[in-house]
Amino acid sequence: MTDWTDIGALSDIPERGARVVKTHMGCVAVFRTVDDEVFAIDDACPHKGGPLSEGIVHGRSVTCPLHNMVLRLDTGQAQGADEGSVNTYAIRVESGRIMLDTARLRRGQVA
Amino acid sequence: MTKKLVVIGAGMASGRMLEHLFDTQAGRWDVTLFNAEPRGNYNRLMLSPVLSGDKTYAEIVTHDADWYETHGVTCRFGERVLRIDREARVAYGANGPVPYDRLVIATGSNPFMIPLPGHDLAGVIPYRDLEDTERMMGLGAKPGSKAVVIGGGLLGLEAAAGMAAQGVHVTVVHVMGHLMERQLDEAAGYLLKKALEAKGITVLTSANSKEIIGTNGHVSALLLDDGTELTCDLLVMAVGIRPNVALAKEAGLAVGRGIHVDDTMVTSDAHILALGECVEHQGAIFGLVAPLYDQAKVAADTLGDTPASFVPKEVATKLKVTGCDLFSAGDFAEGEGRDDIVFRDPSRGIYKRLVLEGERLIGAVMYGDTAHSAWFHGLIKDHTDVTAMRDTLIFGPAFQGGAQSDPLAAVAALPADAEICGCNGVCKSRIVDAIQGGATTLSDVRAQTKASASCGTCTGLVEQVMSLTLGDDFAPQTVKPMCPCTPLTHMDVRRLIKSQGLKSMAAVMQECGWTTSCGCASCRPALNYYLLCDWPGEYDDDDQSRFVNERMHSNIQKDGTYSVVPRMWGGITTPDELRAIADAAEKYEVQTVKVTGGQRIDLLGVKKQDLPDIWADLNAAGMVSGQAYAKGLRTVKTCVGTDHCRFGTQDSTGLGIRMEKALWGSWTPAKVKMAVSGCPRNCAESTCKDVGVICVDSGYVLHIGGAAGLHIQGTVVMCTVKTEDEVLEYTAAVVQLYREEAAYLERMYKWMDNVGLPHIVERVVTDADSRRALADRFYFAQQFMQQDPWAERTKPAYRALYAPLADLTLEAAE
Repeated sequence: MTDWTDIGALSDIPERGARVVKTHMGCVAVFRTVDDEVFAIDDACPHKGGPLSEGIVHGRSVTCPLHNMVLRLDTGQAQGADEGSVNTYAIRVESGRIMLDTARLRRGQVA
Repeated sequence: MTKKLVVIGAGMASGRMLEHLFDTQAGRWDVTLFNAEPRGNYNRLMLSPVLSGDKTYAEIVTHDADWYETHGVTCRFGERVLRIDREARVAYGANGPVPYDRLVIATGSNPFMIPLPGHDLAGVIPYRDLEDTERMMGLGAKPGSKAVVIGGGLLGLEAAAGMAAQGVHVTVVHVMGHLMERQLDEAAGYLLKKALEAKGITVLTSANSKEIIGTNGHVSALLLDDGTELTCDLLVMAVGIRPNVALAKEAGLAVGRGIHVDDTMVTSDAHILALGECVEHQGAIFGLVAPLYDQAKVAADTLGDTPASFVPKEVATKLKVTGCDLFSAGDFAEGEGRDDIVFRDPSRGIYKRLVLEGERLIGAVMYGDTAHSAWFHGLIKDHTDVTAMRDTLIFGPAFQGGAQSDPLAAVAALPADAEICGCNGVCKSRIVDAIQGGATTLSDVRAQTKASASCGTCTGLVEQVMSLTLGDDFAPQTVKPMCPCTPLTHMDVRRLIKSQGLKSMAAVMQECGWTTSCGCASCRPALNYYLLCDWPGEYDDDDQSRFVNERMHSNIQKDGTYSVVPRMWGGITTPDELRAIADAAEKYEVQTVKVTGGQRIDLLGVKKQDLPDIWADLNAAGMVSGQAYAKGLRTVKTCVGTDHCRFGTQDSTGLGIRMEKALWGSWTPAKVKMAVSGCPRNCAESTCKDVGVICVDSGYVLHIGGAAGLHIQGTVVMCTVKTEDEVLEYTAAVVQLYREEAAYLERMYKWMDNVGLPHIVERVVTDADSRRALADRFYFAQQFMQQDPWAERTKPAYRALYAPLADLTLEAAE
């Protein structure tokens, strides 16, 4: 089951940047790539919890600002020699609005 | 069984046809070759280099006596064919008949002579064969000779340039508004005119010839419509050619403007073929060599009963005039549904124009830089869909996907005059010359050209030029690429940014062949810095390519909170400022208030969303960002100096403040810390800073290259100066040199290790002009840099970025 929620406009996120969405499950980082693709992943690096939303975005990856772990935005998987992953969340852009699937993110509150 | 083949005309087309014939049908033909000129096949295209003295006739002969003998060709050179008896299949030469099974007419064309009054005077010649060439060359032997060329087309201009190269005063008279109007547009024609005039050739366009004036039966001047009289010893008419069809016409073959041929090069008589400039195929006649060679291949195949058909292709024009790089291909007329892409570089005299129709390139004109002409010509000929590369099409193949995998492509694409070594002003061609002259190692090249012999930052590029020139035999030193996205080193990239004038990250990545779509977390900040440093005022800082601290203008802490450090000029503060800092600390629940190693107050543990507010509060109290996070000037630490200290020799605090006010805001490859100590007791610890000043009675000792981080290193003395103003100028100069030469993240001491102290001393101390230029460049850049990032980021446009995009916890609570 999905629960598409309008979380803001695409233009609210800088190109190759990110903004966070606060949830009961912790912050989710919403990224916008140079090609205007959007991705949502947990805003905490699997390594030491670094805020991924503050990392440098390149292609479909982000480099954590604390210790440079590189994570794929589309799969949530760590790249290179590093191991680890973060949750990814379904997200899409409709007429310039960003729609995030919040079904999983609300569960914490329901439980 | 051997058959008899008679070929009339030994030009470029028939020569090529005979080659194909002997390659594929050896022994099948017994060939008789007639030629009106008393010689065999030579490369007529190369008459221009012969005229200009670049080549000799012997060098342009394509088939010599040996070749004819080897292939059993009976040569009847200097003998005209008088008539063809098609019934009997016999060609009648002046010295007797020759029967044939097949006949090939390759009589070429005749130069067209405008029937102006006086056109039959002696000294009025066309430009067609070796005799004409020799006439023009002979003119150069007489000093002060003058020539007029009627016709500003390909041939006329080559004749003009050739004679000018021989020292003849040449005037070109062209009836159209610009030169080579069939191949060039007006802009390219203009550049060509300028280039020819620079060679001393007078060019008159829109000029109508009226009459050729003679003295004693010899040409002496050309009179124009407007009354201008151009005196001359020789008049060359190069206004066009007419297919030479007299023989074919007389034999009763179908002839229009040229001899009619079908796709297999067969004339209206099945036993007779024709090819070259004398033919007409589907209404077209031919003057350039490429289609003639295609015809030669088809004619040979037809003679061998191999099916082949001639398909006219787009042809390209190049002008064989030294110093005029010109290329033209396809159709470049303006028209509905056609788009132009134009590139101009006036100061380098470069003009490029591409004409697109739909998704195809249909025409190209290039002047000044024709390096990629073959590639463009290929796109036109092959009808390639260019939609995907339209944006960068005009920059050539290096910008397109395919060529990027070659790590040397960027260097290979550099023009010969591209500067490789900035210190010694050495261009690519000088390095190539040295290598071709025998230099095989980097030290050879250094010894001969001085390239990379000074600061050495161009070593990687020099080695790449060596790799390109020496090929696999050259093993460059192992150099570390700047990141996995490119094989180039930091220094290579820096040099290319400057020499290629690359002013955006996309341009760098395309031109330097990045292997990733938009770089990585390592190269993006480096490129952003290089571009910002090299093109101040032109390149805008790319926030998203900065590390979080620089983007947020605060240091990120391990728990994701930030620290805030206001600037404290020279370590001085006031009760008001302290009060404001204390208020802010309370208001934003700062966990820790700490005095830093650089004499400032650090407010640790500020939440991200509070940053704009705390900055606004501190701004309101007159404080700006201390840039305690920046790869830039951080702080100038000071002692109290003469104001209070009994040992102080100078006003160290005041000087520190002056230095900080001059240098704050500048971005540098890595952090830069400074200090001013009032006496050699060095209370400000100047000798472990990037730039340290020790005040002494006689002035100021300037130290550089210290560090007290991962690596602990004392400074070295750069020089001693007398005044505060000098301290500022020298400091700005050394920081600028570091800004321009170091790799990103390379501390000043590390850069000093690489380039050597003597290099820095020479650029900053010994050479006063260099120092002033460096300081000027530094201050020029500063006018774009000295803006308080806090003030900027408390504006509404930025503020939002520090807040969450959405807060689902609130929504859920409803």
